[in-house]
Amino acid sequence: MNNPLRSKKAEWVVTTPSFLWLAFFFAVPAVIVLAFTFHGHDASGGVGDWSLSTWRELVDPDYPAIVWNTLRISFEVTVWSILLALPCAYAIARMNARWRGIVAGAIMLPFWTSFVVRVFAWKTMLHPDGWLQACYLGWLNVRAWLFGWLPGFLQEFLLWAGFAAPGAVDPASSTILDSETAVVLVSVYSFLPFAIMPIYSAAEKFDFSLLEAARDLGAKNFYAFRRIFIPGIRQGIVSAILMVFIPAVGSYVIPQMLGGTNCVLIGNKIFMRAIQNRNIPHASALATLMAVAVLVPIGIAMLWKRRQDARDKRRLDEQTAKLAVGGGGR
Amino acid sequence: MKRSFVSVVVLGLVLAFLYVPIVLVFVYGFVPNGVSMSFFDAQGNFTGFTTKWYNHIFTGNFAIRDLLSSFWLSLTIAGLATLVSSVLGTTAALALHRWKDRIQSIHYGLVYVPLVMPDILIGISLLMLFVAMKVECGFWTILIAHVTFCVSYVAMTVLARLADFDDRIVEAAYDLGAGPWTAFFKVELPVLMPGIIAGGLLAFTLSIDDVVITSFVNGAGTNTFPTYVSSMTKHSRNLPSVFALSTLMLVFTCALTGISKLIGGRTQVTRRKRG
Repeated sequence: MNNPLRSKKAEWVVTTPSFLWLAFFFAVPAVIVLAFTFHGHDASGGVGDWSLSTWRELVDPDYPAIVWNTLRISFEVTVWSILLALPCAYAIARMNARWRGIVAGAIMLPFWTSFVVRVFAWKTMLHPDGWLQACYLGWLNVRAWLFGWLPGFLQEFLLWAGFAAPGAVDPASSTILDSETAVVLVSVYSFLPFAIMPIYSAAEKFDFSLLEAARDLGAKNFYAFRRIFIPGIRQGIVSAILMVFIPAVGSYVIPQMLGGTNCVLIGNKIFMRAIQNRNIPHASALATLMAVAVLVPIGIAMLWKRRQDARDKRRLDEQTAKLAVGGGGR
Repeated sequence: MKRSFVSVVVLGLVLAFLYVPIVLVFVYGFVPNGVSMSFFDAQGNFTGFTTKWYNHIFTGNFAIRDLLSSFWLSLTIAGLATLVSSVLGTTAALALHRWKDRIQSIHYGLVYVPLVMPDILIGISLLMLFVAMKVECGFWTILIAHVTFCVSYVAMTVLARLADFDDRIVEAAYDLGAGPWTAFFKVELPVLMPGIIAGGLLAFTLSIDDVVITSFVNGAGTNTFPTYVSSMTKHSRNLPSVFALSTLMLVFTCALTGISKLIGGRTQVTRRKRG
């Protein structure tokens, strides 16, 4: 080729370093993990012969409950984060450029303190004598009261899915440290900035005069927010959901430090099996399950985006065609 | 507007929520009792503030010797990982930007997928690799792991910068007789530098803060600052020194950013004056 910019040789020189590094330290290990799941484990902590025993054992002990708990808690964390991030992003996007920069910076600033240190600060705050313990009991009572109002089938479903606990609140045995609530609270704290940022950058491009137009046409404030603003920034919302859900599924430090024995998630189990019990095949199988739990929502989001783009393009074409016909008629 | 008012209130509450632990980190750097983590003694009397934890840090007190050495190890690893991943990430971005063939679509997958994988999966899979290869875990395995997850972030940052890059200036350099190396180092690299620096800073922040991946590949006895702190949280009398050190780091980072903003702002002003 004449153009030295696009020659094959240049491509090799530029591609090889990162390609080889990532192939060897990312792709190959992933294959090894998958291969280990088809091995048994021996008592001395080694990897045994090829067998399906690992996958059979996964059904048996407490693994399904742990997987379900992880998905449920990740779902709760995602819902809370998005609910809080939407008004925040809206508020920031409506500010002038100077304030936008300041507030966006203020949201990211806590990241300059080590994550472990911040989680540990939470642990100090969640001490049983602290003020958050009182808030926690209040929250449990409100939740139990609300639960009592729900119709019977919904109560049964929530109990079955683990979203609610049966019976009255016992102040003596309900401590916020080592509870699921602590894990959800601190997870929302840690991942919230990742939810705000994509929604904010979508909201920044949103044309706010559309909301005024909707109001002029008689839409109430919240109706306009729900029917015009939310669909307008839906791609930001989808990426925010992924930005929260994925680290929540992979969460390890937060349940480790704040969940105690009441809140063991897949991440903790993987670490336990890999480091403490030296049961490498089980750790690999759990990691594979986690990868599936992460890749499925990503796949759905990609399909959804493709369909949305196709729909938008079709609508645009239709509008253009209509306009062209209208223009021709005149 | 009503709606706007509600959302501003929510934003205020969220900011308070995000800053409560930071304030706590600052305050607990001055707590006298490192076991109870309380400013009150058993009788409920206020015991006042202390600066002894800061003294420990500045004098290198033996009680926190391991903490300080883990901190230096973190800085070393983050520095080296930033250097290596900046080079690898930049070349990856250049390749992905310039060629669009089958190899590059695989390459893109290799760069992109680590970004969406939870840390723990990267950690466990690297541990499996080191187990399968029978490598002893330690400094080098931590460094390899950190480079691996940083490359993708640098590559994506530089790729975003390349999207605004005018390829014609490189072609112009060729027309004016520059060879591929001259064109790269004299023309392309200076234009990309802000992107590379931004990516490098991101890599440094991620590396120095990583606890999950490190705790899989660190082996016995090698602790970075985050893994050492998380092992300290179980039983230690010196936790306030962690908070003191974190406060110092935060102040230092803020000062550095402030200074770079000031300098950056000033050069822009002078440029405008010249223009």
